[in-house]
Amino acid sequence: MKRRITVAGLCLAALLATAAGCGSSSGDGGGGGGGSSATKSPATTGQQKEHRGGTLTMLWNGAGTSIDTTLDYDSNWQVLTMTSDGLLNYRRVAGPKGSELVPDLAEAIPTATDGGKTYAFKVRQGIRYSTGAEVKPSDFTYTMERQFKAAAPASNFYQGIIGGDACAKKPKRCDLSKGVVADDAASTVTFHLTEPDPDFLQKLAIPFAYVVPEGTPNKDIGTKPLPATGPYKIERYTPDQQMVFVRNPHFKEWSREAQPDGYPDKIVMKLGLSLSDAVTQIERGQADWSYDAPPADRLGEIGDKYKDQFHINQVPQNYHMAINTRVPPFDKVEVRQALNFATDRNAVLQLWGGKALGRISCQVLPFGFPGHQPYCPYTKNPGTEWSAPDMAKAQQLVDQSGTKGQKVTIIATPDETTKAIDLYFVSLLRKLGYKASIKTLNSSVQYSFVQDSRNKAQLSFSYWYPDYTSASNFMTTVVGCDGFHKASTSSPNLSEYCDPAIQAKNEQALKLAQTDQDAANKLWAQVDKETTDGAPLVTLFIANRLDFVSKRIGNFQFNPSVTGSFMIDQAWVK
Amino acid sequence: MSGLDVAVDVPEAGAAAHHGPWALARRRLVRNRTAMASLVVLIIVVATAAAAPWYASHVADVDPFESNVSGTTTVGGMRVPVVAPNASGLGSSPIGPTLEGHYFLGADSQGRDVMARLLYGGRTSLIVSVAAAVMTALIATVVGLVAGFFGGWLDGLISRLLDIVWAFPVYLLAIALSTVLLLQGISIGPISVDPASLWLPIIIIGLVYVPYVARPVRGEALSIRRREYMEAAIAQGANDRQLIFGEMLPNVLPVVLVFMPLMIATNIVTEASLSYLSIGVQAPNASWGTIVEDGQNQLYTRPWVSIAPGLLIALTVLALNVLGDGVRDALDPRGSLRIRRRFRRPGAP
Repeated sequence: MKRRITVAGLCLAALLATAAGCGSSSGDGGGGGGGSSATKSPATTGQQKEHRGGTLTMLWNGAGTSIDTTLDYDSNWQVLTMTSDGLLNYRRVAGPKGSELVPDLAEAIPTATDGGKTYAFKVRQGIRYSTGAEVKPSDFTYTMERQFKAAAPASNFYQGIIGGDACAKKPKRCDLSKGVVADDAASTVTFHLTEPDPDFLQKLAIPFAYVVPEGTPNKDIGTKPLPATGPYKIERYTPDQQMVFVRNPHFKEWSREAQPDGYPDKIVMKLGLSLSDAVTQIERGQADWSYDAPPADRLGEIGDKYKDQFHINQVPQNYHMAINTRVPPFDKVEVRQALNFATDRNAVLQLWGGKALGRISCQVLPFGFPGHQPYCPYTKNPGTEWSAPDMAKAQQLVDQSGTKGQKVTIIATPDETTKAIDLYFVSLLRKLGYKASIKTLNSSVQYSFVQDSRNKAQLSFSYWYPDYTSASNFMTTVVGCDGFHKASTSSPNLSEYCDPAIQAKNEQALKLAQTDQDAANKLWAQVDKETTDGAPLVTLFIANRLDFVSKRIGNFQFNPSVTGSFMIDQAWVK
Repeated sequence: MSGLDVAVDVPEAGAAAHHGPWALARRRLVRNRTAMASLVVLIIVVATAAAAPWYASHVADVDPFESNVSGTTTVGGMRVPVVAPNASGLGSSPIGPTLEGHYFLGADSQGRDVMARLLYGGRTSLIVSVAAAVMTALIATVVGLVAGFFGGWLDGLISRLLDIVWAFPVYLLAIALSTVLLLQGISIGPISVDPASLWLPIIIIGLVYVPYVARPVRGEALSIRRREYMEAAIAQGANDRQLIFGEMLPNVLPVVLVFMPLMIATNIVTEASLSYLSIGVQAPNASWGTIVEDGQNQLYTRPWVSIAPGLLIALTVLALNVLGDGVRDALDPRGSLRIRRRFRRPGAP
């Protein structure tokens, strides 16, 4: 699960872009608005030596987070994929093919055996870490055990491995020797699961499963980088200041589609610059790209003056207003539906930054995602697409509920764009007859606060982008019973929505996915429709990612996978 | 007495025979042209802020708290969108200053009338600041009088408590209190304050400045306690209540009154700072601080949204400070004379 509520999240969303349909608005090249995108993907062509070299400078408003692949949850994925590898990876190309799995440190993608419970990998030989040590199959066992020993945030993804439950209970004594069987002599590693997991291969392609050498401390490595397997290694990381990537001397391209060699000799990530200053630096050519989305105030200028320097790509990130279905007045479905009918999604998208930065939606699953079938009941003319708000219908539902005049508080953050959207909803709720107000909390506190059911948070603007390309990641986590944990600050189902009938279908779809993905997707579509009818969210739009780059940047490639986005190392600065 | 003393004091010495100290103070204040000019500025600011509802409904014809992103308005006889999406699909352009009744200073990113919000913002800022200053003055006066009158262990206890509050940087304390209280509001017995209520910033600002007034009041009370008229009142059988409220209070009031304009000025800045940090007045209520915050994100394209409330804060605070000086001079002319004497040129008459 991943979710962040800052404006910068729009950028981070791109890390998790997945699925067919996500691709770029300009075909294979991945570039939208701008015209500087190259159209050849690294996997389809060899590296063009004349563009090799130079220093790429990128900016990030954040202070920087963990550079430990096991522990970082989304913030650094876009850069960690340049330094590390797992058994599998997403194809490092632009366009829809970029969300397909390919073997990386493994020689091939295995077929599940033993009723979907066993995956046997042959590990490539001769691949070395940046320290010079060879990557061994036993390192994968160590990597998986480290998930539990180092209290990784997504260790539950791997709890289905035999021994995983015991590891979750006693992390320090974690022993997965029966679940991840490595044979260094034969160069094989075999995973044994307690139950079939249709998403298991996807889980092996994300940074949590990137290999680390045996002996890596079972705690956050802090600022001391992990040994790298990819084309770059982190030379230096100073939180609040910068992160510097240089070429990994031991890297030799083994699979161009899984881990292509990079173009720049050096990549410098400067930390802490304001969003507006970042735009100015890119305009002046002092920096090449910013990790963060440009601030709303600069969007018009970028759109008008720098048409060749920005790129827009769709990402499967659902932006919504989460409605707490257990707290009045939203414990009544009529009120939740009324809010859905009343919402002018066009106005919200405008507040977000304009129609280029998203596509209006009414449902949970993003466009192009497995199981997505267009559905929008909350519009003037219900059907497959939203057209306009229906205030009359909304007012009628509110009257019917008898809840007019009740207090409603939106738990907000001070971020510019999210606050603008929260203010819109306050205005809307007042129009509907509620006493609406905003409670602004610090961004670092707000998400924990709204997750904790004891706080009875009624409404909060939020978003979700998936960890991997599966409808289950949305339906069971964001709006499913599995995602709700009472009195916990780790309860991503902010709506506290748990419909037993829908839950039964969730479980059925998960089982079906093990044998028949198409049938499972049909069932997910049904679950999506029924959940949308229950209105635990006001889905607003599915985001588009805007990348603003310097004039000198060439070969802009946008990979739609969860670890992809703008492939920094494939950009030309020479 | 020097020539300067005579020139200043003689007419008032004569007047003192016919008027009380308050009337004299008023006369001194009225004669202070700078203070009077500040008072006029303040009256204009207060009057325009008070006229906010009238302006919004009769001139601007808008609800300044309602989001109007998809709305339209008429400018120069033409129907135009309040917030127009840019042709590139990136960003939008709120209507600029029309210098007409509608959207005189343009709209903010929510499509709200900046001018109407500015007036409402002034109202809120003044209400919060004045209410907080009154609260500070009330608590500080009582606390200072009690400490100064009773002395002993009670004075020690109160003084140490004031020292503790004083020891915190005032903004740090205000931010800490706001951050905590914004989560659940205040709920003590029958008293309940909603986090979105204006009472929350009033209470927070009112409390953090108590030591700054209470200590001078205590000092004055300690001094008064030893005066002859206090001993005379005690000899006549006055009880504690009569001594505190009948004898001491009228004599410490000038101290409190001198502080009032300065406190209001300080409170305006504190409120604006807290609101700017989103922990003061809560949106969609407008205060000058929240409008500065709203405009901060538009500084590049629409700087006046932030500059206008900033200027009003500066103007009002300056006027209050100058008026405060005038009030101090009026209530304590000796202080003024002392200052003038100190800077008198050698050999001057």
